[in-house]
Amino acid sequence: MEKLKKLSGLLEKSMNVIFTVCGFLAVAFVLVITIFLVVSGTPAIGEIGLTNFLFGTKWASTAATPSYGILPFILTSVYGTFGAILIGVPLGILCAVFLAKIVGKRTSSLVSGAVSLMSGIPSVVYGLVGMIIIVPAVREFFGLPDGANLFSAILVLAIMILPSVISVSETAIRAVPKEYEEASLALGATKTETIFKVTLPAAKSGILASVVLGIGRAIGEAMAVMMVAGNVANMPGLFKSVRFLTTAVASEMSYSSGLQRQALFSVALVLFVFILGINLVLNLIVKKNRK
Amino acid sequence: MNEEIAKSRKIKCVILNILIWAAAGIICLALLGIILCILLRGLPHISLHLLTSKPSLLNDTTGILPNILNTLYIILMTLVIVLPLGVGAAIYLNEYARNKKAVHLIELAIETLAGIPSIIYGLVGMLIFVQFCSLGTSLIAGALTLVIMTLPTIIRTTQESLKTVPDSYREGGLALGAGKWYMIRTCVLPSAVDGIVTGCILSVGRIVGESAALLFTAGMANEVLGIFEAVTPGKAGSTLTVSLYMYAKERGDFDTAFAIAAVLLILTLLLNILAKFAAKKLKKG
Repeated sequence: MEKLKKLSGLLEKSMNVIFTVCGFLAVAFVLVITIFLVVSGTPAIGEIGLTNFLFGTKWASTAATPSYGILPFILTSVYGTFGAILIGVPLGILCAVFLAKIVGKRTSSLVSGAVSLMSGIPSVVYGLVGMIIIVPAVREFFGLPDGANLFSAILVLAIMILPSVISVSETAIRAVPKEYEEASLALGATKTETIFKVTLPAAKSGILASVVLGIGRAIGEAMAVMMVAGNVANMPGLFKSVRFLTTAVASEMSYSSGLQRQALFSVALVLFVFILGINLVLNLIVKKNRK
Repeated sequence: MNEEIAKSRKIKCVILNILIWAAAGIICLALLGIILCILLRGLPHISLHLLTSKPSLLNDTTGILPNILNTLYIILMTLVIVLPLGVGAAIYLNEYARNKKAVHLIELAIETLAGIPSIIYGLVGMLIFVQFCSLGTSLIAGALTLVIMTLPTIIRTTQESLKTVPDSYREGGLALGAGKWYMIRTCVLPSAVDGIVTGCILSVGRIVGESAALLFTAGMANEVLGIFEAVTPGKAGSTLTVSLYMYAKERGDFDTAFAIAAVLLILTLLLNILAKFAAKKLKKG
């Protein structure tokens, strides 16, 4: 009996330790990822020079005298994300209003199901559809020699961020207290006026969170963008073939070596810093919401 | 005068209403267009031969059997590793943790992990598992990378359903003299199994759709591997998504690419329905 008690006590203690280790695993993973990225990303920046690296306008990693300036990638990622937000966010918010306020439960759950299916479609499938439909359409419509450019990438990204924008804004809109709307309606405002002047402003921090989430999605997307953006390291222009931060890493990694390879790790480090910044903003917004 | 104002207000309302309907319409049309495009172009190229053979240059045929198997292997390997870790972490957060600061730190880490884009996971997975642990470009390296990626999903869904288990269960278990782990195993976990299942389905969805994280970790080979070969280091293999990318971008074989896209779309649809079903059960339970 004594022995059994001791044994079960030992089991309890060891399970306690095991669960604690599991709990802190996520923290360990974040630390390991950060350490690996910093350790492998900084040597190239040191060799190239921080300003040359971040603000250099020419990326020619395989040239005889290579130059590693990633300003084109940074600007492309920023412009591309901005463009996707410009198209995707209004569409997404209007659709969220549609789901939360305009239609009944049945239609709403049907469309919500469609939206969640949309978020589950793999990014390469979006890329494939973009390659086959959007790229030729852009080429024909604007009379360009090649349709694989920043504009096509923006269109694909805009579709890809829609599910997260819609679902987060819908939750925010549904969380607005009914009394606000009733008061507005009682004062004589129409239903539409109430939605745009009362409900949306009241839900604005949740909607803002959805926008930031969309920014994170858009800036981190690699495969779909790689298939439609053309992948030439130009300074960004709406109808130029461009390369994003993500695609810069993905497209050269398989055959890179030496300083070029290290520079790619540095590009990933820059992307990581961007993402951490976006996460920080998102956390602040969500925390403010809870209060 | 009064009517004049009413008219301009009316016009405004009508325009805004039209915009709302148009937005919903555009989104539904876009989704419908994507689905139709994939099915119309993909389904005709799906054949028994495609699904059950491997690509062969000699016979000039293509087949996606290796890719289907690799996807399955990676799903299995990832889940086998991530499930105990994720459920364990959720149990720690919900049952054991006393220190609020530690919980905050862990939750911050989980949110950070959930926000990291897959291309960075791919790169870090390559650095850690392929090079540092010298597993080589292999399925197991890919699976380990996806373990880190899907950990937040499993932790979150398990934690959600642990939270819905009433405290009276725990108190009852403890009052009967059970130890803490015994109480959790027999009283808490069985009631939280729905959340764990939901987490699994969501993770499978993420694994099926993942490509950027696997490109440099699991590789691009197209050989048929046995289950024991799949777990040996150095055995590379491409999943459905990676092979879709290779067919479309590198080889320009759009017929096969669309066939794979159709397979992926059907899988996504099934997983979506499964997840809905599990969530419904979770609510009832």
